[in-house]
Amino acid sequence: MLRPFTILRPLARSYATPAHPSTLLYLEHAGGKITGGSLSALTAAKLLGGDVTGVLLGSKEQVDEVLPKATKLEGLTSILTSRSDSYAHAVPEAVVPLFAKLVKDKGFTHLFSSTSSTSKSVLPRLAAQLDVQPISDVTTVSLDADGDVYTRPIYAGNAIATVKPRVDGIRIVTVRGTAFQPAAAASADAPVEEVVAVEVSEVPTEHLKTMATESSRPELGSSDIVVSGGRALKSAAIFDETLTPLADKLGAAIGASRAAVDAGYADNSLQVGQTGKIVAPSLYIAVGISGAIQHLAGMKDSKVIVAINKDPDAPIFQVADAGLVADLFEAVPELVQKLPDHK
Amino acid sequence: MRPTPRSLLRILVPVKRCVDYAVKIRVNAQQTGVETNVKHSMNPFDEIAVEEAVRLRERLKDAVKGITAVTIGPSKAQETLRTALAMGADDAVHVETPEAAIVEPLAVAKLLRAVMDKKGPYDLVILGKQAIDDDAGQTGQMLAGLLGCAQATFASKLDVDVGAGTADVTREIDGGLEQVRVKLPAIVTADLRLNEPRYASLPNIMKAKKKPLEKLKPEDLGVDITPRLQMLKVTEPPKRVGGQKVDNVDELIAKLKKAGVLPGAA
Repeated sequence: MLRPFTILRPLARSYATPAHPSTLLYLEHAGGKITGGSLSALTAAKLLGGDVTGVLLGSKEQVDEVLPKATKLEGLTSILTSRSDSYAHAVPEAVVPLFAKLVKDKGFTHLFSSTSSTSKSVLPRLAAQLDVQPISDVTTVSLDADGDVYTRPIYAGNAIATVKPRVDGIRIVTVRGTAFQPAAAASADAPVEEVVAVEVSEVPTEHLKTMATESSRPELGSSDIVVSGGRALKSAAIFDETLTPLADKLGAAIGASRAAVDAGYADNSLQVGQTGKIVAPSLYIAVGISGAIQHLAGMKDSKVIVAINKDPDAPIFQVADAGLVADLFEAVPELVQKLPDHK
Repeated sequence: MRPTPRSLLRILVPVKRCVDYAVKIRVNAQQTGVETNVKHSMNPFDEIAVEEAVRLRERLKDAVKGITAVTIGPSKAQETLRTALAMGADDAVHVETPEAAIVEPLAVAKLLRAVMDKKGPYDLVILGKQAIDDDAGQTGQMLAGLLGCAQATFASKLDVDVGAGTADVTREIDGGLEQVRVKLPAIVTADLRLNEPRYASLPNIMKAKKKPLEKLKPEDLGVDITPRLQMLKVTEPPKRVGGQKVDNVDELIAKLKKAGVLPGAA
């Protein structure tokens, strides 16, 4: 297997990345704020060592609200904004033409974004039009003698692939938010340039409505503590009754295994795992979760994992830093009672 | 991808043969990939895609003119096509690639476009939202990009209005759901909650053996499948040192305090 690499070396070297990378960063926003994932993607983009230009798209109202926060991000060289009602819901068919124009006109070497449902829809579509193979959900960004190198989890995080673009042209990369610290606020304002929207005459996709899951809790993807429930919670009512006091006491987000979501105990958007959210909080408490490969894929990078399960052979105990073999209906209330209050 | 007459729908369902989702994979000694001498099956998201195509026919009856399953992969990927045929697809296309070749989503999307040019037109392509081996989650969007047609990713509900030439799709997005209306022809990628795939019955498995299966090569379709990314190595993820148990809630809290992860108790 070494042979093909040796053959390809000269090719890779002749197509080295330009000395000064110039990265376009997709600044995603929700609820009037830059998403935590985009802040992490900014940190990842800075590792390339070049300029980082943020691009902020949305309706006029959205951009006006978010822009003051976006200009104050540590590490952003400048910001491009484009305001159009057609960008309000980030419909890929409507926003891809603008990205394509920016990439073509401004000669960016890299396009970075978080791994969000929006960028996962937008970036591959753009990449195909630019004839580029994108790199999904990277967990490290580095540079070697002849260019940029990325690692990304494959097989539900059970293997780590190290990849390097073989050919010239823009690199299109989505970044796993939990693998990079979010960028901090800066003291100075990044300069802003307004870009005229690329209006598409016939967008074949129409946004009808958004049904947001209302929650006063910390956002699952970025919460420092996550309390997750599995099938052992028995019903939606018991799920809420059991986990809510614990989450409240800890100021934690609530997550769920696929089994709990499929059984209707918890909303889809709370699912943690290969096909749901990837989380890496300081503390992850798995309650009544057996620990299937697909669930572990979403939480095994947590700093400390606690498992409460009455089955001593549940696979979750193999990754738990503290496992308690107990009936969750006794252990969780006791834990709630004995834990110190957060504040 | 010109649509067929308004009253008829042709559906293409790309499927992938993957290491079975329940297999605990192992990285090979040469660090070039994972051990593949293990159980394989159809990518779970693709099963959902096939099921949705079959259900569309059950709902829309004669309005669905045909369901074609297509796979791009080594000779063994034919089994996956037979599974799709047994679930209810009418015919199949196998684009055969060399045994150990990595075919990236960009190449897959180009091959799919070429298959559509050759066998089409198709009005609806339903794919899984990601393959559980490379976890890229790109192919559907890339195909839509190449075709310049509508896309609706992460679908958890799909309603097709054949007469109007549109489909309403409920999408799973961060923080909730979103409903979009796409004009056909369109690309839809299936999320887990779109449906519960059926098991193929024995008579249907027998019938599937007689359904047409066309074989093609990437060269026949004029597509270069050379990877754009160089796979430098594949490694094991860092091992967690887990497996420690505590006897009661007090010990658990003491341990968490010591680790400094409890708010207000650091």
